[in-house]
Amino acid sequence: MTSATLPMDDGVRCGLVSVRVNGQAFGVPVLRVQDVIAPTPIDRVPLAPPEVAGSLNLRGRIVTAVDLRRRLGMPDRDTPHAAMSVIVERGGELYALLIDDVGDVLWLSQTEHEANPVTLAPAWRDLCDGLYRLDRELLLVLNVDRVLSLSSANIAA
Amino acid sequence: MDDLVGDFIAETREGLEALDSELVRFEQHPDDPEILGNVFRLIHTIKGTCGFLGLTRLQTVAHAAENVLGAFRDGSLVVSTEAVSAVLETVDLIRSIIDALARTGAEPVGDDGRLIGRLEAVFAAPAAASAPPASLVERLGGDATLDAAAEILLARIAGEAALLALFEATDPDVFQGAVRDALCARARNGGPDLLADALRRCASAPLSEACLATVRRHLAEALASLDAAPEAVTALLSASAPPQNAAPHAAPPVAPPPATEAEAGAQTIRVNVDSLEHLMTVVSELVLIRNQLIQTLRAQPESPFAAPLNRLNQVTSELQEGVMTTRMQPIAGAWAKMPRLVRDLSRDLGKKIELVQHGQETELDRQVLELIKDPLTHMIRNAADHGLETPAERLAAGKPDAGRITLGARHEGGAIIIEVSDDGRGLSAARIRAKAVSSGIATPAQADAMSDAEALQLIFRAGFSTAAQVTAVSGRGVGMDVVRTNIERIGGAIELQSAEGTGTRFTIRIPLTLSIVQALIVECCGIRFAMPQSGVVELVSANDSSNRSIEYINGAAVLRLRDRLLPLISLQALLGLDPRESRRGDACIVVAEVGAFTFGVIVDRVFDTEEIVVKPVSGILRHLRIYSGATIVGDGSVIMILDFKGMAGEAGVDQVAAAVQSRQPALEAATGVREALLVFKTAHGAPKAARLASVARIEEVRLADVEIVDGRTVVQYRGGLMPIVGVDGANAQPSSDTRAHPLLVYAREDRHIGLLVDEIVDIVETHVEPSLSPNGAGSLGSLTVAGRATELVDIGHFWRRLFSEASAAHTAAPRARRLLVVDQSPFCTVLLKPLLARAGYDVTLCATPEDAVALHAAGDAFDLIMADISGHAAQAERLARAFRHAERWRDTPLVQLALAGTGGIDGADLVSAVNDTLQPVRGAA
Repeated sequence: MTSATLPMDDGVRCGLVSVRVNGQAFGVPVLRVQDVIAPTPIDRVPLAPPEVAGSLNLRGRIVTAVDLRRRLGMPDRDTPHAAMSVIVERGGELYALLIDDVGDVLWLSQTEHEANPVTLAPAWRDLCDGLYRLDRELLLVLNVDRVLSLSSANIAA
Repeated sequence: MDDLVGDFIAETREGLEALDSELVRFEQHPDDPEILGNVFRLIHTIKGTCGFLGLTRLQTVAHAAENVLGAFRDGSLVVSTEAVSAVLETVDLIRSIIDALARTGAEPVGDDGRLIGRLEAVFAAPAAASAPPASLVERLGGDATLDAAAEILLARIAGEAALLALFEATDPDVFQGAVRDALCARARNGGPDLLADALRRCASAPLSEACLATVRRHLAEALASLDAAPEAVTALLSASAPPQNAAPHAAPPVAPPPATEAEAGAQTIRVNVDSLEHLMTVVSELVLIRNQLIQTLRAQPESPFAAPLNRLNQVTSELQEGVMTTRMQPIAGAWAKMPRLVRDLSRDLGKKIELVQHGQETELDRQVLELIKDPLTHMIRNAADHGLETPAERLAAGKPDAGRITLGARHEGGAIIIEVSDDGRGLSAARIRAKAVSSGIATPAQADAMSDAEALQLIFRAGFSTAAQVTAVSGRGVGMDVVRTNIERIGGAIELQSAEGTGTRFTIRIPLTLSIVQALIVECCGIRFAMPQSGVVELVSANDSSNRSIEYINGAAVLRLRDRLLPLISLQALLGLDPRESRRGDACIVVAEVGAFTFGVIVDRVFDTEEIVVKPVSGILRHLRIYSGATIVGDGSVIMILDFKGMAGEAGVDQVAAAVQSRQPALEAATGVREALLVFKTAHGAPKAARLASVARIEEVRLADVEIVDGRTVVQYRGGLMPIVGVDGANAQPSSDTRAHPLLVYAREDRHIGLLVDEIVDIVETHVEPSLSPNGAGSLGSLTVAGRATELVDIGHFWRRLFSEASAAHTAAPRARRLLVVDQSPFCTVLLKPLLARAGYDVTLCATPEDAVALHAAGDAFDLIMADISGHAAQAERLARAFRHAERWRDTPLVQLALAGTGGIDGADLVSAVNDTLQPVRGAA
């Protein structure tokens, strides 16, 4: 991948880790991603919001897993234990975004960035920072902070 | 060790350290009056303090040295090398004694007669200051002789097969050098047997005593052949430290290793707190990995890794402990500003305040220390401003004009107890009630229903201040609630005791550290949880075979545990877990305590206790009050740490308990015993309550089964007939109603009665005031339960009604008998008094016979007097003398209290002592 030699973020290009959730492609800003891990056992946390799948142990650190399918209001996956995770950090804490599959890191020019279409469902409009038009499909850019701001947690904070 | 001794050691060490360099200059310039003055002052201080502390050895030595130094200063003694050496030696000796004192807490045994003799000789015969005797090195013939002796030894070893085998692996030059250095060091400085150490280092196998002796013999012969003085050779080669008369510069009797002195100045280093925090995090993770490895090992006990893993386990524990220790700081750090604060407050408020501190050395985690600083400061301010009276008020109350605030800390179990107390005016329950009503915190009815202890707890409520007016110092009403919140945030608890007129005491209990705790691992519906061990009181198994089972009162689960009903929380229900995954039938109950409130948590299984590393709950889960953290357990899974307080809150069971946080049994005994009340509804809908302890069983009965026999309403119960009555006094009438009604069954001997109620509402634990106003038959009075006026049912009334007066007479509650106990031992206050009170007696406690007589003078009468006169005829006499004037108590029986084992005094003594005043009744507690 030649793009790996490019600077991480030169203001012109934007690095996105492409992930797939229920068939839809999303991009997670590469600077936010700490790690991508294979399916790993997740321990349930009773009473947690439905989007929170539970906690997992990443080399001795406790990571809270947020299921993107549920966060995006998609149907649950058929094989609940086969989810891969993208590890992101927020406020010194690690979170795992559960996804179906992970693809390449894409380096896309800022000039190709487009705003959210007005027809996008309000719930998604909140969570996405616009999109890129790829060859065959659309790639929605996820706003990690907003994905991790669950309404119930907002009340507590 | 005694604090004073500790301070003395620290002070003297500081002095000695400061003198170290000066002593060197003193040696070079023995006539410098400034240095001399410093040394003199130090020695003088040591002498004085030693006398005070009873350290005779140091005192004697210091005294002898002081004489010499005094003479130097006066100029009556010429400063001579010999005299200076003697003084220097004295300083060394003092240092060694101080070191031993610090290690063992006692002065080491030793004979300083020679040194003192020398000092005295110097002091007494200034003119005849003799030249110092030749040093050991000189008497041996110098370093060259020792080197030669080492070379001869080398040659001799070559001739002995046994020794040769040991040393042939070592380079001869290295060997010779090591031996020479050891001998020279010993000859110059004395000290321990360096030779043996040197030989051991060179030997290829452990060195036996026999070999060592042979080497010594060879060396002695070699030195003798080199014309060294024979007694010097003996001194050099003896295994123990050389006798003092062999060398003027010999080491003190308990010589520290040479390195210690060099490092004495650098015993502490400053470390960045962040590095420590990082270290702690790393160790926490190491602990987790260790736990995982141990867990794996349990599955494979035959693993070749077993031994190293066990060692790793130990080392990790040690490391963890070590790192924890580095984070520990004496609580004095949090207190350092208090004396100044108290001084300023004293000036601002115009009060005389004395601050007493004890336990400053008690250590606790840095993080905890930071968090308690502010609450402590606040409490001191409160004590000074509200607690203490003005000097005039104090004098009028018969107290010394200076008020006293005591700040104390100590370890207790895995926790730190901090006490802040004052001897001021105490909290007035009446004023607090009035204030609570006026500030809208409580309604007048609620305030009246509160016991004094409950009323005192109100000061922890937000917006509450007892200060009559807002001062610059306090009284703004942002106070104790913040203190309590801060303390509870770090897993602590605060308790309050106050007696009007004599003072207030706050007791804070906080955990030693926050990051690693002991926890009980439990399982519910296949999910594991950790429960902090500190909140767990006991574990109870409730299955069919243990004769204990979970009972349900109107859907609320309870467990009869010993003499009380324990409210239960089902973890499965609380967490909304799928009950099908639960393994009911042999559930375990974890009995937990939150403040004064005890409840049980039903779980499916209880595993081990484990040391867990507490990690904070992730931000998006922080709104779940039920969890206090998360942790990773042995097998690598992440489990949540349950918070008992949060659980009680979620389950709503702490609402009644919230008002009463006090856990002081003594206080409770004074203000009425907390009792569990069964609250139920009658046909009229008004809530009534009955003492739960007196209910034998709760049955269900259908009115269709009720029969009338001989004019009485009965049901068949356990093969007999049990009379039943409606709780509102109406006779239950048989009807075709097949609805099941709860029936409270009371038992007396072999008889039962049933009390028919409409619906059981709740079980609450509350203070039952002894002084309730009865308002009619069948009622003991009213009290407030959960904000509603509730009538307390008088069961005795129903017994009397259902059985004839005559048969019920012996069971009807008589007037509470008054007991006077003359004793102030903890046994009486803590155990006996509550026991007697619970048995239905009205107990009055007196510390001394004189106090008792004062009660007599006040017109009190008692049914029985109990007096502790164990072991003391004098005590009995004092009692007899005091009671001689107690005319009205002549006929009151007196019981002698004696603790088993200590033996009461002989009956005859007692009789003779009190014969003319009272007829003693022999008895024992």
